[in-house]
Amino acid sequence: MNTLNLANLGFAWLPLLPLIAVAVGAAIILLVGVRLEDEDSAGLGILALGVLLVSFVCTLFTIGVNAEAFGGALLTDDYTAFFEIVIQAAAAISVALSLDYAADNGLAGAEYYSLVLFAVLGMMLMAAAGDLIIVFLGLETMSIAVYALAGFVRREARSSEAALKYFLLGAFSTGFLLYGIALIYGATGTVHLDGIRAAIVARAASQPYLELGVGLMVIGFGFKVAAAPFHAWTPDAYEGAPTPITAFMATGVKLAAFASFVRVFMIYLGPAAAQWSGVLWVLAALTMTVGNVVALVQDNIKRMLAYSAIAHAGYALVGMTAAGSAAAVLYYLVAYAFATLGAFAVVIVLERRATAGLRIADYRGLAQTRPGLAAAMTLFMLSLTGVPPLAGFVGKLYVFAAAVDSGHVPLVVIAVINSAISAYYYIGVIVAMYMQEGTPEIEPSGASPGVLIGVAIAALAVVLIGIAPTPYMNAARDAFAAAAGPPAQATAFAR
Amino acid sequence: MTPLNYFVVLSAVLFVIGVAGVLLRRNVIVMFMSIELMLNAVNLAFVAFGRQLGNAEGQVIVFFAITVAAAEAAVGLGIIIAVFRNRMTLNADELKLLRW
Repeated sequence: MNTLNLANLGFAWLPLLPLIAVAVGAAIILLVGVRLEDEDSAGLGILALGVLLVSFVCTLFTIGVNAEAFGGALLTDDYTAFFEIVIQAAAAISVALSLDYAADNGLAGAEYYSLVLFAVLGMMLMAAAGDLIIVFLGLETMSIAVYALAGFVRREARSSEAALKYFLLGAFSTGFLLYGIALIYGATGTVHLDGIRAAIVARAASQPYLELGVGLMVIGFGFKVAAAPFHAWTPDAYEGAPTPITAFMATGVKLAAFASFVRVFMIYLGPAAAQWSGVLWVLAALTMTVGNVVALVQDNIKRMLAYSAIAHAGYALVGMTAAGSAAAVLYYLVAYAFATLGAFAVVIVLERRATAGLRIADYRGLAQTRPGLAAAMTLFMLSLTGVPPLAGFVGKLYVFAAAVDSGHVPLVVIAVINSAISAYYYIGVIVAMYMQEGTPEIEPSGASPGVLIGVAIAALAVVLIGIAPTPYMNAARDAFAAAAGPPAQATAFAR
Repeated sequence: MTPLNYFVVLSAVLFVIGVAGVLLRRNVIVMFMSIELMLNAVNLAFVAFGRQLGNAEGQVIVFFAITVAAAEAAVGLGIIIAVFRNRMTLNADELKLLRW
C-alpha cells in the first residue's frame, strides 16, 4: 500500500496550527457536550476559552513566519497573525460574556460554544485567504455559524426573527460576492489573488468583466461590514440576537470581513484602485452619515450600538480610500473592537430577561449604584466618540491623517462632522448615568465574574492602546508590510 | 461550440430574476428560493468561464458553491421553521417585532 508522505505535500504545518487547533477544539466540545447536561454549559465555555488560548499560543509561534500553504491558497504571514490574535481576543471576551448568559437562558452549551469556534475558524480563514475561493469558504463558514448563533434562543420570537433577517440578507449578499468572484475569474483567468494582481498589472484582464466583478464584490463585502446602503439587517440582527453574540457579531464578524476586504482590495486589487476607490469614498461618506444620524434617535442601547457599529465601518472605509493608510485601518479596527466589546459587556450586566433593561433610560443613576461599571461605560463611550487619550481617538487620528495625506480632504471633513454628531448620543449615555436620577435594578446574576473580567480587560485595552499606541501601530504596519510583500516587489507594482 | 456570451447573458438574466425575486416577493421561502437561483446563476457563469479558459478552477469552485449552498439551506430552513413556530407566519412584512 502507498504510504502518504506528508513532507511531499509541500507546506509547512506550523503556520496552520492556529486554524487546526480551533477546528479540532470545536469538534471536541461537541463530543464532550454529549456527555454533559445543559446546566454544565459554563464548563464547556471554559473549554472553549482553553481552545482559544491554545490557538493563540500557536499564532504566537507563527509571527515572523511569512509562509503560504496549499499552493498559495492560505497566506500565513504577519497580517494573518495580526487578525488571528485580534479575532481570538474578541472571541475569548465574547465567550467570557456568554458563560453565565448561556446557562441562565438555558442555551445548550455544546452547540453554542462549538458554533462560536467554527465561526472563529471561518474568520481566521478569511484573514488568511490568498485565493478568492478561500475568501468565499471562510465567509460562509463564519456566516452559517453566526446565523445559527443569532437565532440560538429558539423560543424567543425576537431572536429567531433576527436570525431570519440576518440569514436572508447575508445569503443574498453572498450571491453578489460569488458573482463578483465569477466575473473576476472570467476576466483574469484565475482565482489566485497573486495571479489576479499580475493580470491587472499586465493589463491582461478583460475590463468590463473586471469592473463589474469588483463592483459586485464591493456590494458583498459592504453587506458583511455593514456599510450603508447595505446595512438594513444590522440593527435588527444586533437587537434580536443574544447579547454576547451581538458583541461577537459587531467585532469578530466585522474584523474578519475587513481583514479580507483590506487584503483583497488594497493589496491585490490595488493596481485597479481607480475603479473602486471612488465607490468606497461614496460608501464611506454615506455609511458614517446614516449610522450617526439614525443612532441619534435610538432609545434601545443595542440598536444604538448597532448604528454606532455602522458608523465605525464608515470611518474604517475612510482609511480604505487612502492608499497609504492600511495600517491605520488595522489599528482603528482594534480600538473599535475593544470599546464595542466593553460596551456590550456592560449591556449584559444591566440586561434582564424579556428584553428589559435595554433602554438608554435604564442607565439613569448607574453612577450611584455601580460606580465602577459606570466609569468603564464612560471610557468605552468616550473611546467610541474619539476623545483623547483613548484608543478611539488615536485610531481616528491615524485614519484621518492618512486620508488627508492622500488628498481626501472633503471626506475627512465629513468624517469629523460625523464624529461631532456621534458625541451627542455617546455622551447621552454618560449623562444618563451621571446626571440623571433613577434606580437601575440590577439582578446579581447579570454581574457574573466572566462579564466583569470582560469589562475590565476591554477597559484596560482601550486605555493602554490609546496611551501607548506606538507598539500597536508598529505591529499593524509590520502586518500590512508582510502582506504587501517585500519592498522591491511593491515598487515593481507601483510602476 | 456555443459562444461564451450566450452563457454569460443567461447567467446574468437568471441572477437578475433571483435578485428581483428576493426584492419583490414577501414569502420567506420564495425569497430563499430566489437566493438559490442567484447562486445557481453564478455556478453557470463559473462553468462557462472555466470551459472558455480551459482550466479546471471554474468547475472546482462550483462544487464548493453547491456544498456551501446545501449547508446554508440546512441552517436557513431550520431558522425558517423556528420563526414559523414562534409566529405562525412566513410573510416578511409581518415579521416586524424588530423594526425592519
